Amino acid sequence: MARTLKLRIWRGTDKDGGLQDVTVEANSGEVVLDIIHRVQATQMGDLAVRWNCKAGKCGSCSMEINGKPRLACMTQISAYPEDEVITITPLRAFPVIKDLVTDVSFNYKKALEVRAYEPPSDLAPGEARMQQVDVERSQEFRKCIECFLCQNTCHVIRDHEENKKSFAGPRFFIRLAELDMHPLDTLRNRKQSAQKEHGLGMCNITKCCTEVCPEHIRITDNAIIPMKERVVDVKYDPLRWLGSVIRKRDGIL
Amino acid sequence: MELWYETSPMAIDTSGNGVFSEGRAKLSARTLRTDKWWIQPAITVFVLFSFIVYATFRAFENGKYFAEPLISPFYSPCLSTACVKGSPSFVGTIFGTYHIFGMTVSPSLFILIFPLAFRMTCYYYRKAYYRSFWMSPPACAVAEPHAKYTGETRAPLIIQNGHRYAFYAGLVFNVFLTIDAIGAFRNEKGQWGHMSVGTLVLLANATFLWLYSMSCHTCRHTVGGRLRNFSKHPIRYKLWTWVSILNHKHQNFAWISLFGVALADLYVRQVSGHSIRNLYFF
Repeated sequence: MARTLKLRIWRGTDKDGGLQDVTVEANSGEVVLDIIHRVQATQMGDLAVRWNCKAGKCGSCSMEINGKPRLACMTQISAYPEDEVITITPLRAFPVIKDLVTDVSFNYKKALEVRAYEPPSDLAPGEARMQQVDVERSQEFRKCIECFLCQNTCHVIRDHEENKKSFAGPRFFIRLAELDMHPLDTLRNRKQSAQKEHGLGMCNITKCCTEVCPEHIRITDNAIIPMKERVVDVKYDPLRWLGSVIRKRDGIL
Repeated sequence: MELWYETSPMAIDTSGNGVFSEGRAKLSARTLRTDKWWIQPAITVFVLFSFIVYATFRAFENGKYFAEPLISPFYSPCLSTACVKGSPSFVGTIFGTYHIFGMTVSPSLFILIFPLAFRMTCYYYRKAYYRSFWMSPPACAVAEPHAKYTGETRAPLIIQNGHRYAFYAGLVFNVFLTIDAIGAFRNEKGQWGHMSVGTLVLLANATFLWLYSMSCHTCRHTVGGRLRNFSKHPIRYKLWTWVSILNHKHQNFAWISLFGVALADLYVRQVSGHSIRNLYFF
């Protein structure tokens, strides 16, 4: 059944912009991205929006709907009351390119700063063998679609632009956790670099990243907190430190 | 193109930082959320503040904490000569009795500092009070009011990294509270084989505290989380799996055990003050 939707869409560039009211028809079962496309086709031909798969798997259509970071393609119109005005804005942690499209290159720079997996030197390509129980923790993190909603909602950078220099963000903490938990990775200072170079200590575990993750990755419980505990092992726990000196190992079995 | 510049009660002066930084979408509202995002932090403040007020009152009351065979969790184990003799987990006179300005220092003060440290550094409570008391942030996608933020990288918050030591201390207290619960299978004359409402209260309190401790993120890390190869440590992997199941409910156990300990204390206080009778089943 069709209904009339009142939208408020942010239009503008990195220099200026504001919200623009628009009224549009919506059909039962449609998602916000469908409506944006209808507005684009009928009323705002130059409305910029980034999208691709329309199935919640590419992570392109990240935006804020009624102030909440969400994927537009996974947000049902039926979730909003008939009389509610739906406000749609670009991600508010990143600079705007145009309208609903933001410049997320911050994340690509941070991705480059994470040192890649380092296999044992005596292991030839194709020879790696791992038990399922050893990799299943990391497999949860591989579900990440890089929508950057977690990065966008993290207050460390959303509310403090200056922290972008020293803070990698939750998306890269799950990458670091994945590598540090990897049974064959030989790089042994990931914990130290997570704290020193990627700003793990800045996280105060308020779990917004977990709340907004469309893949339901338990970012805080399964990646950030385990990494924080691993950092404590090598940096803040005197007994663990003593144990590692006596037993001559790096604290991780 | 006619643009609508929003004004909102949440609008503030754009400080040029955070969501108001140069290049980001020009919006003057701290948040555009339309749901009641402030309810959760408000409830958290109310509950935690109420608990702090009650616990402080009880800690300084220094009385009505023992009614054979029940002892309040706020005063267990008894470490001071100021404690009532005969309490199940009476440890002795390690701390003697201290006086400040002629007033006896409540033995509870020596005890509460440990569970307080455990809860203050707990990963769940950190989320709860950072959001609700410190508003950092008050809710997801709601701009925080602070101009600067350094997280847990420097004093005093760097001390949060000592959570595991508070966890170990918490386990010791769980043992004492379990002894208290077992000791509650006695009657008022100290004879074993009896059970009362107080027995159930202390048993429930000890159970919830164990569940809260066992579901802790540090516990999860200690039993197996720190391993790189689960396949080489099957027993620790199994333990980690069990703790991970409990860990899903850590938030629930945190709240239930908090209410549990306050209600257990209140029950013992009422029995001790003869406001209610401790009913025996057998």
